[in-house]
Amino acid sequence: MLSIALIIVPLTAGLVSFFIRNDHYRRGLFIGSSGAHLILTSLTWFRRPGMALSGWFALDDVGFIFLTVTSLLFFGATLYGIKYLDDEKRRSRDAPGDNNANVNEAVFSGCFLLLLSTMTIVIFSQHIAFLWVAIEATTLASAPLIYFHRTKRSLEATWKYLLICSVGIALALLGIFFLAVANKNGQDMLLMKMIEGAAGIDAPWLKAGFLLLFVGYGTKMGLAPFHTWLPDAHSEAPSVVSALLSGALLNCAFLGILRGYQICIAAGLSSYCREIFILFGLVSILFAAIFILGQSDYKRMLAYSSVEHMGIIILGVGLGGGAVFGSLLSMLGHSLTKAGLFFVAGNIFSYYKTKNIADIKGLIRGPTRWSGVLWFAGFLLITGTLPSAIFLGKFIILKEALLRQQYWTTFIFLGGLGIVFIGMARIFVSMTQGGRRTAIAESPLYRDDLIKIVPSALFFLLVVITGLYFPSLLTHALEGAAKELGDF
Amino acid sequence: METIDMIRSILQSTLILAVSPFLFGIINRTKAFFAGRKGSPLLQLYYDIYKLSRKSAVYSRTITRVFIAGPIVGLGAILSATMLVPFAGRASFISFEGDIILFIYLFGLTRFVAVLAALDTGSSFEGMGASREVQFAVFAEPALFLSMAALARVTGVTSLSAIYSNLNAISWTTWSPVFLLVAGAIFIIFLAENSRIPVDDPNTHLELTMIHEVMVLDHGGVDLAFILYGSAVKFWILGTLVAGIFFGAHSRGWMVDYSLFIIGMVLFAFIVGAVESVLARLRLLKVPHFLIVALALSVLALAFTMR
Amino acid sequence: MNSLIDLLSITILLMNLMMLSSSRISTCIRIVAFQGILFGLMPFVIHSHAIALGAMIYSIVSIGLKGFVFPWLLFRAQREANIRKEVEPIGGYPLSLLMGVAMFLVSFWLSSRLPYIRTVSSDLVMPVSFMTFFTGAFIIVGRMKALTQVIGYLVLENGVYLFGAALLIEQPFLVELAILLDIFVAVFVMGIAIFHISREFDNIDTQNLSQLKDWVNTK
Repeated sequence: MLSIALIIVPLTAGLVSFFIRNDHYRRGLFIGSSGAHLILTSLTWFRRPGMALSGWFALDDVGFIFLTVTSLLFFGATLYGIKYLDDEKRRSRDAPGDNNANVNEAVFSGCFLLLLSTMTIVIFSQHIAFLWVAIEATTLASAPLIYFHRTKRSLEATWKYLLICSVGIALALLGIFFLAVANKNGQDMLLMKMIEGAAGIDAPWLKAGFLLLFVGYGTKMGLAPFHTWLPDAHSEAPSVVSALLSGALLNCAFLGILRGYQICIAAGLSSYCREIFILFGLVSILFAAIFILGQSDYKRMLAYSSVEHMGIIILGVGLGGGAVFGSLLSMLGHSLTKAGLFFVAGNIFSYYKTKNIADIKGLIRGPTRWSGVLWFAGFLLITGTLPSAIFLGKFIILKEALLRQQYWTTFIFLGGLGIVFIGMARIFVSMTQGGRRTAIAESPLYRDDLIKIVPSALFFLLVVITGLYFPSLLTHALEGAAKELGDF
Repeated sequence: METIDMIRSILQSTLILAVSPFLFGIINRTKAFFAGRKGSPLLQLYYDIYKLSRKSAVYSRTITRVFIAGPIVGLGAILSATMLVPFAGRASFISFEGDIILFIYLFGLTRFVAVLAALDTGSSFEGMGASREVQFAVFAEPALFLSMAALARVTGVTSLSAIYSNLNAISWTTWSPVFLLVAGAIFIIFLAENSRIPVDDPNTHLELTMIHEVMVLDHGGVDLAFILYGSAVKFWILGTLVAGIFFGAHSRGWMVDYSLFIIGMVLFAFIVGAVESVLARLRLLKVPHFLIVALALSVLALAFTMR
Repeated sequence: MNSLIDLLSITILLMNLMMLSSSRISTCIRIVAFQGILFGLMPFVIHSHAIALGAMIYSIVSIGLKGFVFPWLLFRAQREANIRKEVEPIGGYPLSLLMGVAMFLVSFWLSSRLPYIRTVSSDLVMPVSFMTFFTGAFIIVGRMKALTQVIGYLVLENGVYLFGAALLIEQPFLVELAILLDIFVAVFVMGIAIFHISREFDNIDTQNLSQLKDWVNTK
């Protein structure tokens, strides 16, 4: 019942907001529905909902973590988003010109809530093919969001996103069909049933199917070398949307891969999968490192940092054992920190009106001082400085790699992280410190409103707290998830 | 070979030589019908050949014996090819393993001497026509080879007569895709080799649009008669390759088969006439594309035989 | 029965080749529509016994969607964007055609490598399904106009669907309908995107869409 509610509430709210004319009512619905989603999610902390619809929807440990992160993220994004939409409306009213016309705000809110709903479906879905449907639906729901600012660049980003992700997901569908062929026992493609009957699964079909599934969902997840849509889409979208894409959508694709991986573990093919994970994880980290070094656009840099973190996460799963714990912890930290960073990036952009790093200096001074502080704090957190949950995650992954004597992996892993740190440090330091340069087109009425600062600050605080102290709820969930995926 | 067979194969070849100009009449009549005209008489080509054989040829001063030998050798090659061609699924006058290659190369020889004769005149116009003709042959020949190879794989023999006589024993239900694809590929090659629309317009008066006509233009009198007759026989022979897939030997007597086959060829001429009337001639640059379609079809046919 | 499936597969194969070598966009749209109809008819041909009601409804819906609704959307997009012909792809159309044949040979080899499950009585359906998939990918990669890329995406999905039909993979009715709905919304959204592209750039040549890149020497 709870699971159905979690899906229906944002779904109906989204569909309804397409038709609401009045901005205030719509924004009220906007915050209301995401708040309701968060409340319902918090109910799951106390009592896990049972299976719904004869096993098609269920919330296991893995899904629980994903759900919590997604719900928190969405709520923070809607808080930030209200102010953002208000600012955008004021800006387009003050400077009416067609070249920067925005998409109808109703479409924005509607797609936003539909995205929340479809992501929830992904998290709950236990049927492999239905999971596919939901992931494709998230792609379609998020495409109009990327095209909020109607510019040539965002159009290009939207088109690339649509096409590359749809092709990738079509590949994943082929992989699912391969899995169906492999699943000779029963016709039901429910996760639990497939895991139970895994002994009788046809191994070559499963291998080929998993590979296709990995490539397909990996495209959506942003693993190199299928990540080519990611920097464009995440940098051209409005910051609220980028936060969601980086923080929640990539995780959904990751969940798709994990479901396939669970079947493979049960069928005894886990070492095959893990090799693939380690390879692509390292490739992603290296790609990201190379492209962060010479970066001139700060939102693109954040996008590449997402690629890097997805690489770290999949590497952790690939190492297996305790590294899965670290991987999920890292994912938690990354989602919250990246979302917070994107919110701050949005503030910076609305003040400086440029995405060029070289044009921005001295964020800590002047009207952007809180944003500047948060910007630098976010940098420290995302690269894994001590109190951050990401630090803990990376540390656990590193420990597991050394335990398993994967020395080359460790070497490349650390090297990549180091290069990323250097690249990001250069960018963040040059942006926050230094004398305040007169911006190209400063917005004179900019103020660091509370509502623009609070979501990021809260997220960062959460990450720090999680780095220092785990509530037992979280520990149980993480351990449960690690057991399912860890292949001990 | 038994006497009956020998008599019958001589009868076959005679039939081919006698009936082939008739097909041109049918084509022209079909085209006229589509155009709303009455068209030339059905036996027009016979009259033309007769008229031309009584005229004398005019030779320019720049030519050598190559030019004079061209039509003769060409006709000789075509007539030799006639000896190899099956009729209504029955064996031809000469047949041996691998005679497909000889068959295709006899056409190559025809084209070769025609090109030589054209180049011999020393005119650049002929050179242009020759180069166009040869360019298309480059794409057509591999396709023809591959189609024949597909048919050879299906039937298991490599003699032209044997292939076509075995074709009807082999059930259409299992090999129908191969047959259809091969028929399609050879039809395209047929159109190219015989210079029909959409590859070349045989009735064009504009020199710049001529491809095959260019090489024919300089000949007159008996030479032209040889060339016209040779092209009619070539039409029949290549048509047999396509029609033989559909109209073959059945268990009935040979007279029924022969008449059926001739009717089939007449039908085939109809179809060619219809195709010529309905399609427009392709741009010169697109003709290689058209021939590559034939190549693709024959490669596919060959791939299907390897199942 | 066997030869009917074979004949259908060959027809699909030839249609793929036609699409690869055709430069007129309306031809491509019609071929995709016809392919969709043929694919919808496939289950009726492959199952020699009676078909469940759900599968029948699904086939009818899929024929309606792929054969009529999608072409309608694509033709509308074509009208908005005001284009007729595709830009010549790299290597030209003959090369695309030969690549199509090569892709068929590769898929033939691939399906002989896969451990074969005897569910369909014809061994042509799986290679053709792979080939359709590759053709779709080839069209997306090799063509410049955004509309042709959407057509390529439809061909890709057709190939995946044909693979499912070939191996008699039966998903629950709801899931199959949901997949179809997904593809419909995808084409719809892509159509809208094409409309915007044509308004923004005055053409739908995706070569315009290459502004976003890294390490551009702007200094």
